[in-house]
Amino acid sequence: MTENSAKDGAYNYAYLDEQTKRMIRRAILKAVAVPGYQVPFGGREMPLPYGWGTGGIQVTAAIIGRDDTLKVIDQGADDTTNAVSIRRFFARVAEVATTTRTEEATVIQTRHRVPETPLSEGQILVFQVPIPEPLRMLEPRETETRTLHALSEYGVMQVSLYESIARHGRISKAYNYPVMVNGRYIMSPSPIPKFDNPKLDRSPALQLYGAGREKRIYAVPPYTPVKSLDFDDHPFEIETWEQCCELCGSKESFLDEMIVDDDGKRLFVCSDSDYCERRRAPAEAAE
Amino acid sequence: MKPLLSVRGLSKRFGTRVACRDVDFDLWPGEVLGIVGESGSGKTTLLNCLAGRLTPETGSVTYNSAAYGTVDVHDLSEARRRLLSRTEWGFVNQDAREGLRMGVSAGANIGERLMAVGARHYGDIRRTASDWLDRVEIERGRLDDRPTTYSGGMRQRLQIARNLVSEPRLVFMDEPTGGLDVSVQARILDLLRSLVGSLHLSAVLVTHDLGVARLLTHRLMVMQGGAVVEDGLTDQVLDDPQHAYTQMLVASILPV
Amino acid sequence: MYVAVKGGETAIAHSLDLVADKRRGDRDIAELSLEQIDQQLGLAVDRVMTEGSCYDRSLAALAIKQARGDLIEAIFLLRAYRTTLPRFGDSLPLDTSAMVAERRISSTFKDVPGGQVLGPTYDYTHRLLDFSLMAADERPTAPTAPADTNRTLPRVGDILEREGMLEPPPQDGASEDLTRQPLTLPASRPVRLQNLARGDEGFLLALGYSTQRGYGNNHPFVGEIRYGHVPVSFVPEELGFAIEIAEIDVTECDMVNQFAGSHDVPPQFTRGYGLAFGHSERKAMSMALVDRALRAEELSESATSPAQDEEFVLAHSDNVEASGFVQHLKLPHYVDFQSELVVVRTLRAEVEARRRQAVLDQAAE
Repeated sequence: MTENSAKDGAYNYAYLDEQTKRMIRRAILKAVAVPGYQVPFGGREMPLPYGWGTGGIQVTAAIIGRDDTLKVIDQGADDTTNAVSIRRFFARVAEVATTTRTEEATVIQTRHRVPETPLSEGQILVFQVPIPEPLRMLEPRETETRTLHALSEYGVMQVSLYESIARHGRISKAYNYPVMVNGRYIMSPSPIPKFDNPKLDRSPALQLYGAGREKRIYAVPPYTPVKSLDFDDHPFEIETWEQCCELCGSKESFLDEMIVDDDGKRLFVCSDSDYCERRRAPAEAAE
Repeated sequence: MKPLLSVRGLSKRFGTRVACRDVDFDLWPGEVLGIVGESGSGKTTLLNCLAGRLTPETGSVTYNSAAYGTVDVHDLSEARRRLLSRTEWGFVNQDAREGLRMGVSAGANIGERLMAVGARHYGDIRRTASDWLDRVEIERGRLDDRPTTYSGGMRQRLQIARNLVSEPRLVFMDEPTGGLDVSVQARILDLLRSLVGSLHLSAVLVTHDLGVARLLTHRLMVMQGGAVVEDGLTDQVLDDPQHAYTQMLVASILPV
Repeated sequence: MYVAVKGGETAIAHSLDLVADKRRGDRDIAELSLEQIDQQLGLAVDRVMTEGSCYDRSLAALAIKQARGDLIEAIFLLRAYRTTLPRFGDSLPLDTSAMVAERRISSTFKDVPGGQVLGPTYDYTHRLLDFSLMAADERPTAPTAPADTNRTLPRVGDILEREGMLEPPPQDGASEDLTRQPLTLPASRPVRLQNLARGDEGFLLALGYSTQRGYGNNHPFVGEIRYGHVPVSFVPEELGFAIEIAEIDVTECDMVNQFAGSHDVPPQFTRGYGLAFGHSERKAMSMALVDRALRAEELSESATSPAQDEEFVLAHSDNVEASGFVQHLKLPHYVDFQSELVVVRTLRAEVEARRRQAVLDQAAE
């Protein structure tokens, strides 16, 4: 059945035709069944450029319905240009309610962050993924990396971490930090800061990862163990700041650094704009 | 006692060219077998067929594995074969660049096999790698240097350490001293001889250099045009060659 | 208080207005019509249709107008439209021997049945700027050369093939549709050809060129290039027989390459194949060179050059993918960069601490 969007009669509901959505849903089901495994899918050309979130948009388009509430963030914030553009796209083609509040959203599409507010059961976090293959920079050939995954031959990834310690005295990987999913597949968590990696572990929300240009979908089902790779004597650790958020005073959140004047004076503020606003709201209301 | 490696009726060709024909032999535990012959005689092709890197048209290669019992190398699943090749086997290439990761440090090169089978303690891996640098006579201080900064002889010794760290039972070597200066060659031959002895390694060594063969191998197979024309104890073959081709080789008439 | 980078909504709205304004340019100058683009920038339309994988001259013209002449942007627009169209099925393979050719040349034989037909080509023009075109209403007179376009021409390849000198074309394989299924590797030849047909002309040109300069040389000859109109036939399920649904213009290149033969095959020439919508000889020839280069392994040739590397070529040929990913670097990367800043600062602090400690140790000695 074709269900036309009221605003753009020429396009189907949520832009993609129903056959394509079914194909993507099948890929998602397979991905959920084999956590961390990259499922090839017939990625379509989208009206947004490759590298700007076409994978995440296709996943969102395939799962979204009129009852959903959508939140879109880029770099943790709802008001960055790319997040605005994607949110407008879905508001237009899927006539869906949008929100900036993490706990109100049923579907959250994100680029480069996991919200600070803990997610709950029933929520879906859709990641935009540029390079889905965690081994790609160590081994450029797809035929070879697929074999390495199939055989769980992951020595080369550990070699890269070893090398990092040998060179810098610590694991210097800061974002897109590789994880082992369910003890079986090494997975790229997309370019989120390693700060966010612990939030992936046994999360009550469903995590879906879409790579449009590379035509891969993968998933982490709720409550699945996700372990960041490390060494026994160099355990995984996350970033910390001496500063706290200039606006809400948070000491627990990921902070963005801003240069505020010509002398290079810096300010630190929460990267997660919703989290920051919610923390400020009671204070401002009291004023 | 069972042979470690049994080869029967092995043939391989490329297009119309026969690379090796009807090769039969057994390799016994602790034995070093040399394959000699001039360039194009099929010895490297044979070595690659033994190590599962090339698939022969006919014949079988049976390996007596510590983990899996007696297995046909070419019937093994790729997963098993790759596991074998990074645990029970080693492969020393003529060009060390092919056997090393040139972009990472010596320590990472040596540690890779350990990490591939689950080692996760950085300090322990590093200590083992340092010990191996000692054993192959490279200064411990070079542990964090990349092989790109090493000389040709050092690279070859590093490649040997990278292979032997997992204490393999069987090592394939393809002209391990080829392309190196004579003085550098002598040092590597010494090293290989002492390692083979102390680790009780079995090895198949391909070389065109009869001096190398005499120094390292117990037994020799002489190949010409893809076929084995003579085999026997190394000293016997070199001191009393029976086949006309072997006689020419020994008399160094043939260019190498 | 500080001013954060807020207000993305308004900024985007302004940007859209500005781009619309730039596109139109000076309002006193007449607006381009789609017909003008189709008729007078026809080769641009051809390229956009080819790499956009959609044969529709007016949509391609619209895309070029909307993209202000940026052809890769236009290809992107056309692709994004095409992807939403329903798919009815596969047409029958084009029979290019039935082509009504405007141009047909072979560089392997001085004369061929049907003759060499030069047709419209820039090949023999002198590349001198023609200042007479600066005048607004130039109207060249209609050509007087005999337009003998009603005959069909036998293909040069078929003639060589009958003699056993040229390998037969590959049998039809079940065709996959790259716009519906992801690329899997190693790829079949039909899939490779599909990828190349959609591939960026500049990329294929450079790769084809590299084979001529020794990076995977395969001794090419232009067996034949033809450009003209061919009917497209389709078998609707409810009818059960073929009906003609359209006539399209295509350029076809049959490249003939040397091959030494093997154990089972006597020496024979081999083929590289290129096909493009409209009149796009550069594209069709480049495609044929790269197609042949990618067959290295199948033909037991050593494959050491970029053009022979299937994964490398197929993964990087698509300019919509490439353009998007290159330009995504413009998107904010604050978070990743912040993570790097934290790590680099930590590492620098540690180095500094070690340096100070060393100074102290030295002083203590």
